[in-house]
Amino acid sequence: MPDFFKTSSHTQDSAQGTNARKEAVMNSIRSELALVNVQELINKATEKCFAKCVPKPGTSLTSSDEACLARCLDRYMEAFTVVSRTYTARISRESSQLRGAAAEI
Amino acid sequence: MDQLQFDDATKKELASFLEREQAHARVNDSIRNLTGMCWDKCITSTPGSRFARGEESCLSNCVERFLDTSIYIVTQVQRQQQQLLQAQGDS
Repeated sequence: MPDFFKTSSHTQDSAQGTNARKEAVMNSIRSELALVNVQELINKATEKCFAKCVPKPGTSLTSSDEACLARCLDRYMEAFTVVSRTYTARISRESSQLRGAAAEI
Repeated sequence: MDQLQFDDATKKELASFLEREQAHARVNDSIRNLTGMCWDKCITSTPGSRFARGEESCLSNCVERFLDTSIYIVTQVQRQQQQLLQAQGDS
C-alpha cells in the first residue's frame, strides 16, 4: 500500500486534516459560485451592450462602437451596483416584518 | 480515494454552509435578472460617461416596484385561494 494511504489512519493529525479539507471544500464552493456569478454578469452585459452599441454589425467593430461598448460596460456595472444596493436595502427593511413574503421573491 | 470522507459534525456544518451559499447565489441571480430587466426599462439613451438624468432613480424605482409587484401578486393569489376555499365550504 502506498505511503499516502497510511496518513489517514493517524488520529493525531486527523482533526487538523479534517479542518483543512473542510476549509478547502468551502473555498472551492465559494470561488466556483463567484465565478459563475461573474460569468453570467459578463454574458448579460455583452448581450445588452451589443444591442445598444452595435445596431448594424459591419465587417469589424468601429472605434465608435468600441467607445460605446466601453461606456456601456461601465454603466452596466454601475446599474448592477444601484440595483444591488436598492434590493439589499429593501430586503433587509422587509425581512423584519414580511419574512414570509420576502422568502417567496 | 476517500478524500471527501467527513465526520457527522463536519458534514452538518458543510450542509448548512452550502445552504447559506445557495441562498446567497439565489439573491445574486435575482439581482442580475433585475439589472437586465431594469436596464431595458430605464437606460433608453446611448450609454454616456455617466447616467443620464433620471436613469439612476428609474433603476431603483424599478427594483422597488418589481418587489411591490411580487408581493402584490402573491397576496392576490392567496386571496383568490381563500375565496375559492370559502365558496367550497359554503356549498
